[in-house]
Amino acid sequence: MGDVLAIILKRLALGVVTLLVISVLIFSAVEMLPGDVAEAVLGQSATPENVAAMREKLGLDQPAPVRYLSWLSGAVTGDFGVSLTSDERVAEKIGPRLVSTLFLATYAAVIAVPLAIVLGVLVALLRNTVFDRVANVLTLTSISSPEFFLGYILILYLAVKAPLFPAIASLSKDMSLPELLHRTFLPALTMVLVVTAHMMRMTRAAIINLLASPYIEMARLKGAPAWKVIVRHALPNAWAPIINVVALNLAYLITGVVLVEVVFVYPGIGQLLVDAVSKRDFPVVQAVCLIFAATFILLNLAADIGAILTNPRLRHPK
Amino acid sequence: MTGKFNEDLMRNIEDAARKGKLPRREFIKYSVAAGLAASTASGLWVDKAYAAPKRGGTFRWGIHDGNTSDTHDPGTYVTRQMIFLAHQYRSYLTMINPDNSLGPDLATEWTATPDAAEWTFALNKNASFHSGKKVTAKDVVASMNHHRGDKTTSAAKSLLTDVTDVVADGDHAVTFKLARGNADLPWLMTDYHLAICPANADGTINWESGDGCGPYKIDEGEFGVSWSLSRHDGWHGEGAYFDKVEMIILNDPNARQTALVTGDVDCVSLVELKTLALLQRSPNIKVDNVPSGAAITMPMFCDTAPFDDVNVRNALKLSINRQEIIDKIAFGAATMGNDFHLAPVQPYFPADIPQREYDPDQAKSLLKKAGAEGLSVSIHTADSVFSGAVDMCVLYAEQAKAAGINLKVVREPNDGYYSDVWLKEPFTAVSWGSRPTPDVMFTLAYKDDAAWNESRWRNPRFNELLLQAKSELDDAKRAEMYHEMCLLMRDDGGTVIPFFNNFVFARGKNVMHGPDLAASWACDGARAPSRWWFA
Repeated sequence: MGDVLAIILKRLALGVVTLLVISVLIFSAVEMLPGDVAEAVLGQSATPENVAAMREKLGLDQPAPVRYLSWLSGAVTGDFGVSLTSDERVAEKIGPRLVSTLFLATYAAVIAVPLAIVLGVLVALLRNTVFDRVANVLTLTSISSPEFFLGYILILYLAVKAPLFPAIASLSKDMSLPELLHRTFLPALTMVLVVTAHMMRMTRAAIINLLASPYIEMARLKGAPAWKVIVRHALPNAWAPIINVVALNLAYLITGVVLVEVVFVYPGIGQLLVDAVSKRDFPVVQAVCLIFAATFILLNLAADIGAILTNPRLRHPK
Repeated sequence: MTGKFNEDLMRNIEDAARKGKLPRREFIKYSVAAGLAASTASGLWVDKAYAAPKRGGTFRWGIHDGNTSDTHDPGTYVTRQMIFLAHQYRSYLTMINPDNSLGPDLATEWTATPDAAEWTFALNKNASFHSGKKVTAKDVVASMNHHRGDKTTSAAKSLLTDVTDVVADGDHAVTFKLARGNADLPWLMTDYHLAICPANADGTINWESGDGCGPYKIDEGEFGVSWSLSRHDGWHGEGAYFDKVEMIILNDPNARQTALVTGDVDCVSLVELKTLALLQRSPNIKVDNVPSGAAITMPMFCDTAPFDDVNVRNALKLSINRQEIIDKIAFGAATMGNDFHLAPVQPYFPADIPQREYDPDQAKSLLKKAGAEGLSVSIHTADSVFSGAVDMCVLYAEQAKAAGINLKVVREPNDGYYSDVWLKEPFTAVSWGSRPTPDVMFTLAYKDDAAWNESRWRNPRFNELLLQAKSELDDAKRAEMYHEMCLLMRDDGGTVIPFFNNFVFARGKNVMHGPDLAASWACDGARAPSRWWFA
């Protein structure tokens, strides 16, 4: 187990370096965008004097490296600064949005991951049958359509034609959990449809890949039923690639949902990022992007650790 | 129709019916007395009378154009979310009535010195903030000073440059002192930035708290998401029939439309024109299509070749087929422009100036006169100017071919269009919000030394008239001056104005409103919650 701990620490250290590099990239990208926060906030009707006064107030008259370093010195102590447009603490601004996004991602993941893996096992078991084909066509169709289109289709059939679920997710603080799950069902379902195919097909491929192995043949010869061969013998060895794909898709559920948020008017972190970029609100952009980057780093790390733990050969290297 | 028809009497009767003061039977009785046949009067009742407004209900309002980075600072009001919200929880000195006349809000009346250089507004003594504090002259002075001075970051600074001082005159009157006369000052007070906020002891305003003196007070809310408001019982105005108002930010056109169709909201502030015809088929939805003063302009630099020749400018104005553009780009929801920046719904509109028609032959002969046959120019545009801006220019280019003009359409990035393209390229497409009076609009974008003189047009006569008209308190004389200025813009100016876009919004059929809808903003001048009611 000591090895695993060492790997975790090494990867976390590398992760911090990655985050630092990303923060420089994001800062330069925001700097390169035409216009600045003063112009964006004041809009089309601003005069040059207004813009100058606003720049001075926000400290934009200082050179870019100085501004980056002052941000960085705050960030390493955990202070991500205040939003340039609204003067709110970045943490306060992002906090509730992040919670909303994590809630939706969890909701979708709780449905999608078991569904994808069970479907993957089933299609591997019933490979090349009608069931396999239909499941593949359906999931591939849903992954090939843009999210907003899937959302619109679901709204059309489940909100307009058959008014089962609300078309917009408008949340309020005093909602009970069942009500919350009902109001957010359509966005969660859209995301389930988007991520299921990838995980299901990877499960199927990983299992089928193993079916030609001698030890599977052995299991068959000793008379184990087909489902047992797959679930007991093939699946344990197929976990590593499946976990990797699941991790990637979980990261996507957190970082890639801005279109779903827009279509269902869900107040998540993606919309916050888009708004912040359009206003050049650098501290917010930076914080959100770092959250996204950290999500990828941590989930990939978790996937690698998971792959090691499920594979005795990796756990006890010669 | 029989007998002598007394129009004035009839108008009074209709008015009373509209306000719900006259029951149906009485209405018919009086109408017949006024000279109408009984059957005509009966039919007229259905058309003209509106049920008396009823109190109650929660008005759920889907708003487009809201951003998470918006704030309560009136100096940086820019999105519809901020502007629409401001008209609920804050008040202004004056307001634009549903019939587009100027009416009182916090100010009950206003008077000017004969040179219009000093204006005094008397404040409504009943007005109070949601916190319970009375609205006094001190609050008004502080609210105006928020937009004045060297340090201000307010976008309304340019509007108040002529104001040299704002002083309290007792607790319930405020005097504005101006560097030069401005007959429009009461109109300027309707500008969405000039909301009245509670004053701090040091003469600044407390905008952060969200306290205001408008018809509804904020219960809770988050920018870019939604706002819950409830009626302010101490409001000084008449109306505010709904108990509660929910404003939900719906930026996606499809989300807005679906929310209205499924009944998740009672009204949406903007309808996608492409699907307008489909929406109108729904029996449960009513669409309001209101002409406005918001213009699409295409300015050419009058000091840059080839636009420095007035014949070239007029040739370009003659080579656009406005009707086709309105039909195909604005889906009919627009009022035709006539190359002067004043719409029919605005004060002093000169109705007798003939419409400029599409005339490629005349354009050709003008180009010949200018020695610019086979003119080749570029027009810069971006999709963010308005939905269909690029398409409009492409269509214009096709139409201009008939005049032998080669118009190249340059599509620019949406981001930073107004900082990098507008005022920098010699021929661009621009979208302007409505301004309350011609003086504001002309001073902003057509005055010779204006920072935003987008066509770099410097006509001495126009500028002379502009200054004269500004301080002229005689309406008839002023109208004459604006008439001449509009003619100058049309025949000498450098701006092609294809159309003024309408406000197109929709509501559930149980949402009622009066006979007129203000043209200052969508949804009855953004005052739907205080003017409308549930059937």
